[in-house]
Amino acid sequence: MSEITHQEKVIAGQRSTIRWDAILIWGAVFALLAILGWGLLQTFNSPPTDVAPGFEMQFYDGYHWDDSAVAHLDDMQGQIVVLNFWASWCVECRLEADLLEQAWQDYRDRGVVFVGIAYVDTEQHANQYLEEFNITYPNAPDLRTAISRQYKITGVPETFFIDRDGRIVRHIIGPVQPALLTSLLDSMLAN
Amino acid sequence: MNRIGYTEMHRGGAETPGEVRQTNLPIHSVNLRLILRVSPSHLFKLLLLPLALLWAGGQVHAQQPVNAVTDNEVNEVARDIYCPVCENVPLDVCPTQACADWRSIVRQQLAEGQTKEEIIDYFAVRYGEQIRSAPPRYGVFRFFWLIPILGVGLAAIFFGRYFWQLQKRPSTSKQPDVTAVAKEDYLAQVEKELGKK
Repeated sequence: MSEITHQEKVIAGQRSTIRWDAILIWGAVFALLAILGWGLLQTFNSPPTDVAPGFEMQFYDGYHWDDSAVAHLDDMQGQIVVLNFWASWCVECRLEADLLEQAWQDYRDRGVVFVGIAYVDTEQHANQYLEEFNITYPNAPDLRTAISRQYKITGVPETFFIDRDGRIVRHIIGPVQPALLTSLLDSMLAN
Repeated sequence: MNRIGYTEMHRGGAETPGEVRQTNLPIHSVNLRLILRVSPSHLFKLLLLPLALLWAGGQVHAQQPVNAVTDNEVNEVARDIYCPVCENVPLDVCPTQACADWRSIVRQQLAEGQTKEEIIDYFAVRYGEQIRSAPPRYGVFRFFWLIPILGVGLAAIFFGRYFWQLQKRPSTSKQPDVTAVAKEDYLAQVEKELGKK
């Protein structure tokens, strides 16, 4: 009987070792899956729909907001903000450039702010683009692509309409159409 | 004194076709003889040759200034940069306009004498850390370089322990069969019960 007890102990010892190893392996597998899942979640996460994420802008030379070359989105609270992501290498952006500048001229005295964010662009080409379309509203580079990642844009152009309370009212992917732009701004101003 | 050179030049020549002739004349006197034998038009062409070479050399220098950065040098840096617009495509093979703009910046900065690390840092500051093909070897990023080493170390410990246990475990031939022992006990118990009856 004593021999059996010894063998049982040996077997029990082996089983406990195997169980510990299995826990380690499964733990590693679950950790890997968790990392992959988090990565996928980040990739497929949809853009913000409620509160507009805050961010800081360092405007291009010659551009400013409230006489400052640096501004935060919170500084613009109380105004309607049209946040436009663009790039000089983006062909579609050129289709809406004149329209956005014209709308800025039309609405700037009515409490609407247009802000341009140059996505993955070189300073030289971005400035050439701004000069080409005579864009006068504040424009800043998307440094470290931090702003575009916060807004989870999928490309350029994309435009976010933010109301006076800092909430995103509308998100447009692709060039903005003139009729939609005016109707949106008018309805936001009316509210 | 190169006498072999003359032999080579006259192989299959006009003087004695098919014959390889060896002389003891020094090479400079041989060249003089050759010059005297060529026609004036050939001589004129020969004189023009160095001028043509000089001109061609001048043309090459006009295209490639001394401090010009070659495409290979640009690609050497560009292959370690990833454009956020074109995911998983390194800058050296990326076909978009954005990448072309970036490559021109790389070329410009190389011409200014900046190192590969400085150029990559420049792009990382403007466009984010995701443009790097590998994490930098400073600051908190060093941790990412430690992960594979730690992984290999842990795997070595794990397998080392596993094989050590395998070696430590007694061989199966020496192990008594537990089921057989249990069976023997069972049979003994049966015999005992039968004996009672």
